[in-house]
Amino acid sequence: MIDWLLDPWQLTFMQHAFLAIILVGVICGVTGVFVTLRGLAFLGDALTHAIFPGVVIAFISGGNFLLGALVAAVIVSFGIGAVSQSGRISNDTAIGVLFVGAFALGIAMLSTQRSYTRDLNSFLLGSILGVSQEDLILMAIVGAVVLGIVFWFRRELTTVSFDRTFAKASGLNLWFYDQLFLLILAFAIVISLQTVGNILVLAMLVTPAATARMLTDRMAPMMAYSALIGAGSGIIGLYLSYYQGIPSGAGVVLVSTALFLLAFLFAPRAGVITSRIRGLIHRQHPERDLLYARD
Amino acid sequence: MNPDPSSTPVSPRVPLISTRHLTVHYDQRMALEDVSIDIFGGETLSVLGPNGAGKSTLLKVIAGMLTPSHGTATIAGAPLKGAHRRITYVPQRSGADWTFPISVQEAVLLGINRITPRWRPFNRTEKQRALAALEEVGMQHLAKVQIGALSGGQQQRVFLARALLQCGDVLLLDEPFTGVDVPTQEMFVRLFDELRSRGTAIVYATHDLAQAQQTSDRVLLVNRRIVAAGTTKDVMTREHLQATFGGQIVVLTEPAATPTPDPVVVLDRDAAADREVIAR
Repeated sequence: MIDWLLDPWQLTFMQHAFLAIILVGVICGVTGVFVTLRGLAFLGDALTHAIFPGVVIAFISGGNFLLGALVAAVIVSFGIGAVSQSGRISNDTAIGVLFVGAFALGIAMLSTQRSYTRDLNSFLLGSILGVSQEDLILMAIVGAVVLGIVFWFRRELTTVSFDRTFAKASGLNLWFYDQLFLLILAFAIVISLQTVGNILVLAMLVTPAATARMLTDRMAPMMAYSALIGAGSGIIGLYLSYYQGIPSGAGVVLVSTALFLLAFLFAPRAGVITSRIRGLIHRQHPERDLLYARD
Repeated sequence: MNPDPSSTPVSPRVPLISTRHLTVHYDQRMALEDVSIDIFGGETLSVLGPNGAGKSTLLKVIAGMLTPSHGTATIAGAPLKGAHRRITYVPQRSGADWTFPISVQEAVLLGINRITPRWRPFNRTEKQRALAALEEVGMQHLAKVQIGALSGGQQQRVFLARALLQCGDVLLLDEPFTGVDVPTQEMFVRLFDELRSRGTAIVYATHDLAQAQQTSDRVLLVNRRIVAAGTTKDVMTREHLQATFGGQIVVLTEPAATPTPDPVVVLDRDAAADREVIAR
């Protein structure tokens, strides 16, 4: 058993892969809390698509993949801010039109390359085994920036997500905090691209946070759980990928989805099955558990 | 329930809030036109009008959330910009996300978000103050409960507790009595009286005539423009109400059995059925 656990760690590229997926799990877990609470899963998905051309340009020109994606992310997050100003078409529509367009542009550019199919495959599904030490350092820096911003502005980000009218009345600049959020979201996406790939990034952002929400009714624990679940499903998924020979991104996402289903059904208070059982107990012993009778 | 308006300290006073010729456009539509009012510390002013009359718009301008197209608004002679700490705005409940993972006490603490150093969590004193504010609205026993588990009236109480913690000189409330049960309404009125005696100016929007009549020193009748402003007795005349509520008003005389003289029942047809307003 111990051998089974330690075996992958003997390979340098697997060590890198584990560290990378832990970083991604934690950072996406924390950022994802705001994504799920604000219902911005679609925006996260669109942002992922929109960053794609930047990644491709970096790839074609031989530049650093992460740097290319970061530049693209900054441009795109401000672009979304600008597009959202239009009053006539809804945000969703504007985002949908522009950012799938950007994705198509990325594919068109990539198709000029000879190794098109293989490259597209690794972009869409990630290539976690190719994470270099340099990549890891850059990921750690970007991750620290994201976590630092979330900590420093935690109250503002919470207020803006909970009650925008109140946030505005207390003098918070909604535009600024929306932009800031877009930026950290873009950063989280960028460092995840290489590990889980373009298609599956969304799961890293949404699934651990949704699982955490099933487990708690508080913001700070939700972030902690979400980060833990993200990192945990990353590690387990990587083992799954290593021993079963499935793509790492798919392994990680499958594990986190399974964890979500478990929480959805059996979370101590909010799980579908557990709350039903609690309801039965409550009917027989109404004196117990009064506080949560409304759950 | 309320002391006679004449018993509250009267001029010579400097108005806390002054607006002059306020006009607000939303795109082409004019929401508010040429509104000039003075609001004094220690008074309760209700802003009364039908839906779309510009009540919320007026509050938002005073709260500094909306820039008027024309005209000025000042607090104690100074511009509103940067006066967020002096002005507390209690929005309608519907604006908040009630599924949000936040406890009642944490939601109240948001009121002092901006004056608490960001490098540290809220300390014991601050948490005690939040509990004290919750106690004032009779909610301390629910401090640890997730906010979505509350009833509508309880949610409104939490908003008020948050406002108490903010301690502004001006308290603006958008429809505080809507969808709130009678005990909560009475509690609000009690709190308003207390705040007023400390010199706070309370301004609230409502389309409930009875509520406005019973709980405010002065009434501002608006329908885009100011129809009338003054003490409830002076303002609440049939003509003024007709002018405010326009074609939407139905004035009925109740059976003679009712002891109150000249009772009127006003139906604000524009509002949802549960918002029927009755005035005596």
